[in-house]
Amino acid sequence: MSPYDPGDVVEVIRAPAAGPVAGAYRVFGETLRGLKTTFARVVEGPVTIQYPEEKTPVYPRFRGRHKLHKFEDTGLEKCVGCSLCAAACPADCIRVVAAENTPENRVSAGERYAAVYEINLSRCIFCGYCEIACPFDAITMGHDYELSDYTRSDLIFTKEMLLEVAVERTPLRMEGE
Amino acid sequence: MIALANVAFYEPWWVQIIKAIVIFGVIFAVLPIIIVYERKLLGRFQGRYGPNRVGPYGLMQPLAEIVKFAVKEPFRPTTSVASLFRIAPMIGIVTAVASLAIIPFGDVQHIFGQEVGLYGIDVSIGVLYVFALSGISFYGIMLGGWASGSKYSFLGAMRGAAQLISYEVSQGLSLVGVLITAGTLSLTGIVHAQAGMWYFIPQIVGFLIFMTASFAETNRAPFDLVEADAELVGGYFTEYGGTAFVAYLFAEYTNMIVVAGIATTVFLGGWLMPFGIHPPGWVDPFVVLAKMFLVITFFIWVRATLPRLRYDQLMSFGWKILLPLATLNLLVTAIIVVG
Repeated sequence: MSPYDPGDVVEVIRAPAAGPVAGAYRVFGETLRGLKTTFARVVEGPVTIQYPEEKTPVYPRFRGRHKLHKFEDTGLEKCVGCSLCAAACPADCIRVVAAENTPENRVSAGERYAAVYEINLSRCIFCGYCEIACPFDAITMGHDYELSDYTRSDLIFTKEMLLEVAVERTPLRMEGE
Repeated sequence: MIALANVAFYEPWWVQIIKAIVIFGVIFAVLPIIIVYERKLLGRFQGRYGPNRVGPYGLMQPLAEIVKFAVKEPFRPTTSVASLFRIAPMIGIVTAVASLAIIPFGDVQHIFGQEVGLYGIDVSIGVLYVFALSGISFYGIMLGGWASGSKYSFLGAMRGAAQLISYEVSQGLSLVGVLITAGTLSLTGIVHAQAGMWYFIPQIVGFLIFMTASFAETNRAPFDLVEADAELVGGYFTEYGGTAFVAYLFAEYTNMIVVAGIATTVFLGGWLMPFGIHPPGWVDPFVVLAKMFLVITFFIWVRATLPRLRYDQLMSFGWKILLPLATLNLLVTAIIVVG
């Protein structure tokens, strides 16, 4: 029969069965090897990271909760309400409503500013497309991932919440660590 | 007065009651420690911490578990047989605890002018008592599985009972080698006969067979397909909840303690210390407990290491390999000792 059609009876060629001595050596030898392996784990120590006392250090490019930025010197917001981030977002979770900058109320550095800027963090997939899309470096992904809350409406982060300086609760991974 | 069993000597009835309470109390206090010790050691073998949140280093974990099980609703399936369903865990735990009576924790001591043997009783039939009680403990499993009224519990109970009786034969035969060498069935006699060399050295094959059969007897890995915590729900104790489940759990761990005690007494020299050190009498129970602790650590070590045996592999191993080996061991021992 050809290899593609082995027919009804297939003859399987096995290795010769181990004799009593080889069988006994295999049983005890392999068991002892297994015991040595598990004992080596005890000596190595556990690899668990005890959250929340210890936290895994995050890489600098880790995509956590978003942050809106201001210019350091003038204190004006960088976001001009162009809503390119809302257009780029695959989950459609950013809502931007722009308003004109008036001479009395100058919020951002351009002509318009974002009057309403909300991100629905229960829908956000933390892909970072908004950060890539923003031409003014106004929105970046920070390192915060501890975002649990009690109600869904509390998870819609407004501009004020995104603007404020975040408490850094997650350790940053140093170079060469 | 009917002589029911030949005892080495008689203590007054109040001493026996006190001894029973003390042994029972000590073992029942050690049991939660063994439970949390197993969980933590298993965790260390698997590269993780065990439970470490409940108390300091997780030592209050068994308390939390007992409270959790105690406040659960005691339910019973409607297709079950009520009386047998309730009695089955009791049989398991009674036979397991009753087997503790003959483990000798020390020699005959003089306490407050009264001769007290540091064991429950020292009958001349010794080891046979344990086998008789483990034979009765099958009822706990069989009744638990059958009276649950569920087909899968019944199947699990059948397989469990078959596994137990298969390995009990090898366990008994491996001990007969020691009995021939010691010349006596009573456990204190066996410990005294090991004063020269502990029996696990000349009877190394018997020791290995006894340990292997004990894994099967106590339903521990790698022979734990009856419970198989990660795969089945629980075999014969699937339908049990709350305090009945705790009873089965305690029966299993007490069986492990009993088997460790028998192994310590028969193979590891009981309360004798190596290098001919003779400590004062009150140290003996601690020596026995330390040795039992080592045996139980070995049980946990093997549980963390070996994969589970399939049922047909288990049965063929018990009957085709272990039993001939035990018989061969017995034959060689008999020829050497008697011939």
